[in-house]
Amino acid sequence: MPVPLVLRLCLLSVLLNISFCSVLGAAAKPSISYNRDVRQILSDNCFYCHGPDASHRKAKMRLDVREEALKKEAFVPGKPDKSEVVRRIFSADPEELMPPPDSNKKLSPAQKELLKRWIAEGSTYEGHWAYQLPVRPAIPAKSNPIDYLVQQRLKSIGLVPAAEADRRTLVRRLYLDLIGVPPKPEEVDGFVQNKSLNAYPELIEKLLASPHYGERRAIAWLDVVRFADTIGYHSDTGRNIWPYRDYVIRSFNENKPFDVFTREQLAGDLLPNSTLDQKVASAFNRLLLSTEEGGAQAKDYEARMLTDRVRAIGAVWLGQTIGCAQCHDHKFDPITSHDFYSMGAFFADIKEPIIGAREPGMFVPKDQAQADELVKWESKLTGLEAQYNGPHPELKDSFATWEREQTSAVERDRLWAALTPSSAESAEGVKLDIKSDQSILASGKKKPEKDTYAITLTNLSGVVRGLRIEALPDDSLPAKGPGRANNGNFVLTRIRAVVQHGDGTTEPVSFHSARASFEQSVAAESNPYKLWSAASVLDANAREDSTGWAILPEVARRQQLQLEIETPLEFKTGDTLKIELVQNHGHGSHTLGHFRLGATSNPEALTNKIPVSPTKEIADIAALAPEKRNQAQKDKLWDEYKKQATELMSLRQEIAGAKKSKTDFEATVPRCLVSVSEPNPRTVRILPRGNFLVETGEKVKPAFPGYLKASWQKYEKPQLTRLDLADWLIAKENPLTARVTMNRLWKEFFGAGLAKSLDDFGAQGESPKNQALLDWLSCEFMESEWDLKHMVKLLVTSRTYRQSSVMSGKALAVDPQNREFSAQGRWRLEAELVRDNALAISGLLVEKIGGPSVKPYQPDGYWENLNFPVRTWEKSTGDDQYRRGIYTWWQRSYLHPSMVAFDAPTREECVAERNRSNIPQQALALLNDPSYVEASRALAARVIQFGGKEMSTRINWAWKQALGRLPRTDEIKISRDLVGRQLAEYYSDPEAAKLVIHVGLAPNPDGIDPVELAAWTSVCRVILNLHETVTRN
Amino acid sequence: MSSPHIYFADEKTSRRVFLGRAAHGVGKIALASLLGPSLLSNAVAAAPRAANDKWPGVVHPPHFPIKAKRVIWLTMAGGPSHLETFDYKPKLAAMHGQPMPESFTAGKQIAQLQGAKLLCFGPQHKFKKFGKSQAEICELFPQIGSVMDDICLIRSMTTEAINHDPAHMFMNTGSQIAGRPSMGSWAVYGLGCEAEDLPGFVVLTSLGKGGQNQPIAARQWAAGLLPSRFQGVHLRGKGDPVLYLGNPPGVTRSQQRDVIDAVNKINTRYDAVADDPEIATRIAQYEMAFKMQASVPELMETKKESQKTLDLYGCQPGDGSFASNCLLARRLAERGVRFIQLYHKDWDHHGGVKDGIALKAAEVDRACMALITDLKQRGMLDDTLIVWAGEFGRTPMSQGGDGRDHHNAGFSVWLAGGGVKGGTVFGATDELGYSAVENVVDVHDLHATMLKLLGVEHTRLSIKFQGLDIRLTGIAGKAIDPVIA
Repeated sequence: MPVPLVLRLCLLSVLLNISFCSVLGAAAKPSISYNRDVRQILSDNCFYCHGPDASHRKAKMRLDVREEALKKEAFVPGKPDKSEVVRRIFSADPEELMPPPDSNKKLSPAQKELLKRWIAEGSTYEGHWAYQLPVRPAIPAKSNPIDYLVQQRLKSIGLVPAAEADRRTLVRRLYLDLIGVPPKPEEVDGFVQNKSLNAYPELIEKLLASPHYGERRAIAWLDVVRFADTIGYHSDTGRNIWPYRDYVIRSFNENKPFDVFTREQLAGDLLPNSTLDQKVASAFNRLLLSTEEGGAQAKDYEARMLTDRVRAIGAVWLGQTIGCAQCHDHKFDPITSHDFYSMGAFFADIKEPIIGAREPGMFVPKDQAQADELVKWESKLTGLEAQYNGPHPELKDSFATWEREQTSAVERDRLWAALTPSSAESAEGVKLDIKSDQSILASGKKKPEKDTYAITLTNLSGVVRGLRIEALPDDSLPAKGPGRANNGNFVLTRIRAVVQHGDGTTEPVSFHSARASFEQSVAAESNPYKLWSAASVLDANAREDSTGWAILPEVARRQQLQLEIETPLEFKTGDTLKIELVQNHGHGSHTLGHFRLGATSNPEALTNKIPVSPTKEIADIAALAPEKRNQAQKDKLWDEYKKQATELMSLRQEIAGAKKSKTDFEATVPRCLVSVSEPNPRTVRILPRGNFLVETGEKVKPAFPGYLKASWQKYEKPQLTRLDLADWLIAKENPLTARVTMNRLWKEFFGAGLAKSLDDFGAQGESPKNQALLDWLSCEFMESEWDLKHMVKLLVTSRTYRQSSVMSGKALAVDPQNREFSAQGRWRLEAELVRDNALAISGLLVEKIGGPSVKPYQPDGYWENLNFPVRTWEKSTGDDQYRRGIYTWWQRSYLHPSMVAFDAPTREECVAERNRSNIPQQALALLNDPSYVEASRALAARVIQFGGKEMSTRINWAWKQALGRLPRTDEIKISRDLVGRQLAEYYSDPEAAKLVIHVGLAPNPDGIDPVELAAWTSVCRVILNLHETVTRN
Repeated sequence: MSSPHIYFADEKTSRRVFLGRAAHGVGKIALASLLGPSLLSNAVAAAPRAANDKWPGVVHPPHFPIKAKRVIWLTMAGGPSHLETFDYKPKLAAMHGQPMPESFTAGKQIAQLQGAKLLCFGPQHKFKKFGKSQAEICELFPQIGSVMDDICLIRSMTTEAINHDPAHMFMNTGSQIAGRPSMGSWAVYGLGCEAEDLPGFVVLTSLGKGGQNQPIAARQWAAGLLPSRFQGVHLRGKGDPVLYLGNPPGVTRSQQRDVIDAVNKINTRYDAVADDPEIATRIAQYEMAFKMQASVPELMETKKESQKTLDLYGCQPGDGSFASNCLLARRLAERGVRFIQLYHKDWDHHGGVKDGIALKAAEVDRACMALITDLKQRGMLDDTLIVWAGEFGRTPMSQGGDGRDHHNAGFSVWLAGGGVKGGTVFGATDELGYSAVENVVDVHDLHATMLKLLGVEHTRLSIKFQGLDIRLTGIAGKAIDPVIA
């Protein structure tokens, strides 16, 4: 929200008397400042039509560039009455009035007067504050710079800092801000009683060195980079990414300099000899949303991913709303579409599927033993495969024999001729197509459980001694067929054939015997043949639903059934053969999907054994004379043989075993999506109006935004990389990165940014009230070599940090939103910390750091609207049920409802600042979510165990655990009364008591009376629901 | 999503500080300066001070006469085929099996049919004329046909997205970037909450029997960059209707009351020390939560409806059907809920569109009629806007020989009640049902129209976010006046 003018004027009048403005230099004179006073009015009201976006500019009038505005006499310096702008904004004629009435924009009288005065004073422009390099203001010796700069401002508006917070409040504040869990009662007492001057600095050092410091700091970073466990769009499936979260925690703990942190995340993979950790850091580039939706168009999502990444750079480091320039030049800031797509081009080298599932990602072994074992399996497998691939001279003879068999199989196959059907019909209306190779293919949605195919053959002549059915694979069939069942199988129940003579007489064909290339033996328990045999197709008496010819598991390859005819048939012109393939298995659509009929007149074709039919490819090679085979064909044959050779069976099994063991082991090794650079990056074009269908836009290469490039020739290279982008972001000449980062850090410790908007340092964002302070912090940050812990220490040691959060009456009147920090901030804890705090107080918290995301209790059915696949939430058990909130599985489309209630963002987009709401869902979660009920009963059990026997000592003990203080008189009375009533109620209904004390998985200590525990659980529920408990003040 | 540049906690602080805690004594001028002209003139100055933290809305007074006080939005999720529901195309029937002329498809987005041969696929069901307006709709929807004179059918709808997830996002938020407020959130933000003990924006979902139940993300009813109080609350068919609504096992309602009383009493005393306006809000939220623990189960008790009403909808209490949800929608409307959104899934007929539509018709036809009829009988149809819409339509070309692919160049939606001109048909697609060609309506237009019926000029309902005036209608949108009575 822009600072309203009335207040600005109020402030201005007070500012006249003071001289703190060393940074503002010449602005010490009490004149109107373009940056402070004018820019936002123009930006809000005028730039939309008279700003940087040329395509939208009206009347060719441009007000954001002084020369342009002066040329058109929009402003005539010193002469408001001659200025077109003044004439227009004061006009009574709606046709003339600016801003035009239909824009819904309106200048207040004060704003109009201010513009007039500014023109009278010479209409001087200033560069936008955030695009000027920060200048370190001078600080008097021995002053704390933060306190000095805050108090200078306070003096100017007649305020003084609030009193120091009491030591109990201070220690709780420091714990929550630095490590995110409350101090234990003994830690509170220790600090309160330690009157040494070093007590506070020592406490800070201790907490900064805590491994939980990184967990606390990571929350805001994970929000702004949009870290989540799932892909986001549509099916919102999981992905391997959590090692990145642990990298972030580790980096904060190690106090990794922010410039290094930046380079590793954007380009860890491009660093020379990059380490595993640096590669994991580059997962940053993979945090965006992706889709697995069918029908998604690659071009569409390529554009979405590019814009997602550019928005992220704008959000994370620059505090710029670059996203606006996706479709057009920015309306308010000098960012062009060219800048936007050139920024996107930095990421065109990232290897990734544009649509569809993400890859499993790089192995991230959790320790050296895992890393070693990975290598072990890899080398074992390599060794075995080398052995298998060896020359194997010992197999020469058996290979020759096998090769002859293939040839003879092919030759025997040639004794059969394919029959050309004149029609093929399904009794159930399934679509049967006769293909050019005489085969018949079934297709379409219709998949009956039973069917009979009737095939009519004319044009037959000569003698026929045998018929055959070739069952053929096809890509259109499930599991490639040949059947239509989901596993590619079929059951051919019966075959009937009849010859219809030209004279109208008919003659059934009787078969002597049947044999097949393969007969299924699995799942044959209820089959009277104990085999899905060829013979059974001729058994007219067998049960139709449990007999027939089937082929599992030898699906997806050609199989055949041969039938020998009792008395050879002799066909004459006009004769027709009708064949019925009865398929009455009755479930799972076990019908033929692709098959071909054949006939033979040669008795040789009907030998007893049908060799395993070679695949078509092998058959074709075998059919060639050996000298006509090329090397690839020879290799193919050899490979095929090795797959079948009995001599190699044990080696094959060993390889298969090793592969399985390797895969099984690999499944236990964490993995992470990371950046991998493609040598040939994707082409990036400017998409006019963001439309991905237009592929005629200008091609662009990686480049920095023109408006921030000025003196940075050192980055001029033929091809810039992500590493250059990182270097540019953390260059000391970049005016934005340090300011953006320090503004956010300030917010973490004071509740609001120095510049109120954490994500927009552009013309539309509010400029900082205390720019001198922000600039001092930014300069210090850069000069300390980006030392975050140093900056944190500076913040928390300041008097400004240590003051009370209760505002004085005067402060409420002069600065009710506390923008000048005359008091500390106070706010409801972040979602993760609401959980951590309750678990810590109850004693349930498991302080393990890092690892795969975990699943606290979640209401059943919350994921009912997820699909592909349908999923259920499997709650974590054991220690993992009691982990800190930061480790909760982050499902973007259905984030854990307790997290949502307390304003955790879904992290679909980068979020620099969370909402801070106060809604009934928070009450419902704290009252009824099993996690909080369980925490209450766990706390109650400890109260009973350790709080003494008396009601009053117990209440005292409970309060100390939760808030580090003793209860007030009224709190004691309210608690006492509550315990009394609840005891009576549970005494009369002990079954109810047993219910409430068994919420959750944690066991209760032995020997506690259920009624007593239930009653104290009620008191503990009250404690965990208190405003004070969930508030950092 | 990111935080808005309006700060509700602050604002409330200010309101209380200035209006409630006069001891600190500050004039109204300073208040104006704090809230900014827009918020002052809207939320605070003109609205009556809510007694129990009920949101008053920012649109005061309304920009247009209020024709609809609330909205029931029936989302037919998956993308219903307009060609088997509301848009009859005899020419398409005549060209069944022939190649789709390229002049219709050139330069358009295609989803799963990318690279496939595009063949015309005629309407799979017969159409029939209904009502005084003689609008021609599929004969599988005779019940909707029977109330056709209350319906305004729009046959020229278009949208920008062609995959389910982005298309839902666009239809709900006017943007394909996650994190913008959904239309229900906008409605409550703009117009406030009337219900005493229910949220202002409620969502219900139901599954279809055909098995094509595409996922729907909670983002579709999220408040996005508006404060969380405006998010839609999903009323669930199974388990607690609202998440965490039920007391813990072994805790009675009076025991829960006892706990809440203790919390509120201690918080009240704490306020005296801490002087924190958020405390009063928290106390109000605990009261609201406790009220919801009773009001929501009461709301869900459709058993108390008369047999006649149950028969009208054709549902059994608690069966979780779309019809049951329509009945619940009426009960929510009666209780002052501003925006009620139903999702009925399973319209994604890539295959078997003929049987699929028949199945869907059986699930929704009677229920839609019943909702209109029931509201009418209770005198509520006049100020309740009903919208029936999918996230997109389906191709006039076949997919796999018996289905249709996603399609965004033209499809049908309908409106009823709430100031809508019943018995009319607006707009048309080309002769093959591919593109909307007459009175083309886009999603922003539909939103602008809805807002106008609610009394809101869509360009004037905005919030500042990252320096921009964010609106439901983006930077476009035009209310369709011809559909307004």
